[in-house]
Amino acid sequence: MNASTSSNKSAGRGRRASKPAVYEASPEELLKFYRDMLLVRRFEEKAGQMYGMGLIGGFCHLYIGQEAVCVGVQSALKDGDAVITGYREHGHMMAAGCDPKGVMAELTGRSGGCSRGKGGSMHMFDPAKGFYGGHGIVGAQVSLGTGLAFAAKYKKTDNVAVAYFGDGAANQGQVYESFNMARLWNLPVIYLIENNQYAMGTSVARASSEIELYRRGESFKIPGKQVDGMNVLAVRAAMDEAVAHCRAGKGPMILEMKTYRYRGHSMSDPAKYRTKDEVQKMRAERDPIEQLRELLLDGGHTDEAALKEMDKEVKALVADAAAFATESPEPDAAELYTDVLA
Amino acid sequence: MSDERTMVEALNLALREEMDRDDNVMVLGEDVGADGGIFRVTKGLIDDFGESRVMDTPLAEAGIVGVSVGMALAGLNPVAEMQFSGFSYFAFHQIEGHVARMRWRSRGRFTLPLVIRMPFGGGVRALEHHSESREAYFAHTPGLRTVIPSGPRNACTLLKAAIRSPDPVIFLEPKAAYRAFREEVPEGLDPAQLDKADIRRKGADITMISYGAMLRRTLEAAETLAEEDGVEAEVIDLPTLAPLDAETIGASVRRTGRAVVVTEAPLSFGPAGEIAARIAEEAFVYLEAPVNRVTGWDVPMPFFAREQSYLPDARRITNAARVTLAY
Repeated sequence: MNASTSSNKSAGRGRRASKPAVYEASPEELLKFYRDMLLVRRFEEKAGQMYGMGLIGGFCHLYIGQEAVCVGVQSALKDGDAVITGYREHGHMMAAGCDPKGVMAELTGRSGGCSRGKGGSMHMFDPAKGFYGGHGIVGAQVSLGTGLAFAAKYKKTDNVAVAYFGDGAANQGQVYESFNMARLWNLPVIYLIENNQYAMGTSVARASSEIELYRRGESFKIPGKQVDGMNVLAVRAAMDEAVAHCRAGKGPMILEMKTYRYRGHSMSDPAKYRTKDEVQKMRAERDPIEQLRELLLDGGHTDEAALKEMDKEVKALVADAAAFATESPEPDAAELYTDVLA
Repeated sequence: MSDERTMVEALNLALREEMDRDDNVMVLGEDVGADGGIFRVTKGLIDDFGESRVMDTPLAEAGIVGVSVGMALAGLNPVAEMQFSGFSYFAFHQIEGHVARMRWRSRGRFTLPLVIRMPFGGGVRALEHHSESREAYFAHTPGLRTVIPSGPRNACTLLKAAIRSPDPVIFLEPKAAYRAFREEVPEGLDPAQLDKADIRRKGADITMISYGAMLRRTLEAAETLAEEDGVEAEVIDLPTLAPLDAETIGASVRRTGRAVVVTEAPLSFGPAGEIAARIAEEAFVYLEAPVNRVTGWDVPMPFFAREQSYLPDARRITNAARVTLAY
């Protein structure tokens, strides 16, 4: 059940799921999960192409391989819940229902971008969808997410905040300042660790004294759980538990999603830290979209033709976004002086 | 009851009135609750507004500012306290990385109505981090307003304005002025207008520009010049250091032809250098003498025995003015 490829000696303590909980999804939900994951993947494939064509400036961090996490997480949330994440955020935005055109055009730095070409790949926002960014400094968004949860509690709502971060960010000091405050004040925040095994090129085992990241909250009395992040149903089940925990006023929870990114850290990754075989094996055996595809076909919920049709439709959506992102004009030079101060 | 208040009391009044006005205004920081803040600025607020609006935080400056950013994103109006400006360096990456840029990078869809209060500056026999003046770090950062009161009355009205500002404000409180003198600060004052320099003394012979605790020393020097030299100095206070009101400064120097800038901050690459450059731009052909800078020295803030050797005093300011006048 473990998605890790590093030698992962389980400590056997904490709250690791003994048998993985899996969400009981209806056929309609399964199809929606599939489509949402497909959109993330096709979007990212197109973004990768456009980067290769020189249309995308700055950096570009693709989410391919991790789709089950953002789709499973988002499906467990309701209106008014808040999501905040780091720089690998295109997937989260697709899952949150943000307009692919606005996201792609932000990658190309155009005026039609969701930050009008001023934010770039790491700084995109969509308040209407509860998406609070897109942040470039590793780990610094974790305390912001804690503040979002504070506001939810202060305003006496039952909303939760999800603060995503990666295995690399899990070693930033500020994460632990946030853990302490969140538990001290019982804030409704889910610390969602996307452990894709590598902080750029440094594996978890080479960077972390405790590699079971879900246990990082133990000394703050924050319960944690390790989840198969390649299985959207496992992600959803864990989220349901965490969301219920938060909405019930029991304070924060940590979910460690064991996941894997197929592509490099960014588009300019020499990939000397892992073998091609490792990546191939993961793709062949653990791919989140393929797993769900098998489930859908085996369960007789759909057929090849329908899935092909869906893929066509998703690709068209992405192609539209790419066309928009190519044609949208660059921001006016006058934008240099807007939005600095009110 | 008398309306004469110290700066500490005036700040407390501003917080109280703003919290009364708007439930979204809340304060957080180390010891701001039960203890009433390290300098007692938040004294008694916890009794009147409760623990949910007056939050004692763990000792974690980066977390305090980071959490405040999240609160502000979600529509609250947090007023965070750093115990000393020197402790804000722990939070500097949040200030530089998020506080100053959220509006810009979200093309104005998010704005951070957040105030970070910090006592700063020397004159209280503290050491290094507890006494230094690093306002240039904040003033240099686009997207922040850097506000510095010089007395109780403008402390009250500026803090109100800072809290109501949709932009993040770094609010630097000169410790030396916290309890040094009182001013008339009645309840219900209107907020000050930010971004405006304040002409505190009219004069035609020389312009003296300062802010924070140095303003009083500058005014003192101006009085000495009037008494001993028959020189009338115009004294300008910069309650908003950044963005700088270069227009008011320029207009004054065009009238007087001479300028002295006084700051506690060290000389090199500091606020005085920026102000001098703006004077050169605004009033070059009117200048009768080079702009003179009276500042702290380019050294770490010394311990209390030598503190007054570091800080500009009225004598140094007066001498600098005389040199400028004699040029």
